[in-house]
Amino acid sequence: MPQIGLLGQQKLQNAKVLVIGAGGLGCAVLPYLTTGGIGTIGIIDGDKIDESNLPRQVLYPENAVGESKVLQAKLKLEALNSAVKIKVYNYFLSAGNAVSLIKDYDVVIDATDSLAIRYLINDACIIANKPFVYGSVYRFEGQVSVFNYKNGPTYRCLFKDRKSNVQNCEVSGVLGTTVGLIGMFQANEVLKIILETGDLLCGRLLLYNALNNSQSIFQFKKDESFTIDEEFYQSEYFENEIVEISIEEALAANLHLIDVRELGETPKIEFENLIKIPLSVLEDKLHLLTKNETYALFCQNGARSLAAIKILQKHGFTQVRNIQESAFTVRLVVDNKSSALK
Amino acid sequence: MLRIKYFGAIAEATQCSEEEIILKHTRLSEVLEDLSCKYELEKFSIQIALNQNLVDVNDDILITDDDEIAILPPFAGG
Repeated sequence: MPQIGLLGQQKLQNAKVLVIGAGGLGCAVLPYLTTGGIGTIGIIDGDKIDESNLPRQVLYPENAVGESKVLQAKLKLEALNSAVKIKVYNYFLSAGNAVSLIKDYDVVIDATDSLAIRYLINDACIIANKPFVYGSVYRFEGQVSVFNYKNGPTYRCLFKDRKSNVQNCEVSGVLGTTVGLIGMFQANEVLKIILETGDLLCGRLLLYNALNNSQSIFQFKKDESFTIDEEFYQSEYFENEIVEISIEEALAANLHLIDVRELGETPKIEFENLIKIPLSVLEDKLHLLTKNETYALFCQNGARSLAAIKILQKHGFTQVRNIQESAFTVRLVVDNKSSALK
Repeated sequence: MLRIKYFGAIAEATQCSEEEIILKHTRLSEVLEDLSCKYELEKFSIQIALNQNLVDVNDDILITDDDEIAILPPFAGG
């Protein structure tokens, strides 16, 4: 074909494509990428094959129920084309592994069935500066688009925030052929990106209806009103909700208390389970703390303990609590408790 | 007549993939308010397209009889 030629084959051979999700869409996309001569294909999915998957996840045989999806996919795909390097990641994509994994590839395919993971893929692709080809299905309808291509519009330009309880295939039901069609559109966009040919679905959302064979394309622009950067990624995915606890509860649970006020502030509080680490030096003193231990933090009026909790969460401390009361109340309760013990 | 297209779960709520209505308003936001009341659309996360272009519903957009509105939800299956 004039659009491909020897140069095109070379481009395919050099390309590295990451497929996120080895379910229905993944099973549709993967054989065509493999036989199409893509040099390296990565597949990430921590799921195992369930009997209910078989009608639409066509790479998997009946006798593989209970086996790992990515390992089975690798077996099948290597049999199709032994020249292709298939790398598998037998775990789920997470905020912790997404950016570094995506950085190793040229193009990403979103073949997942979860909105939460879609936002993660979107944000990680923006940070890693990689395009991703989106596909998703609802009963007989499918959507396809190419996001973050050369700094173009992203999924958040289409649906800014995640809010609704949108059903996946397991819940809503879907025909294998609908998933297959949408996967084929995705694979086609991937090949066009690599071959640098044709018009991509960049800034355009394709809707296909398999019941009546109608298709519509909607144009959308990049939303410049927000920025996805490292800072956003950290706060979106690593800063957990802050759990509040009363000083009574913290003492009853025998938690370690951390006073994040500066040394010398009054009231002075002394207590055997109390560690004093001022907020100003917290990041230098993390070695004094244990990550899986539960800590309850307080300060004079609550503002600094919240800031300290954000710092701890950023460093992987997941079991941190914020004491609702002020240092004065903490002093009172601690004093009452210790005098009651005497 | 104003043509309105529905997709995914929205088409299930409206029980049709498209319909034509008599235009009683001049603004897109007013039409959407009517549709929202009629089909309880507020429970969905939706995106609106006017003549195949996605629009920000907070903008003050005027519509005419020849326009086509599409109401798009996110999909999650795969």
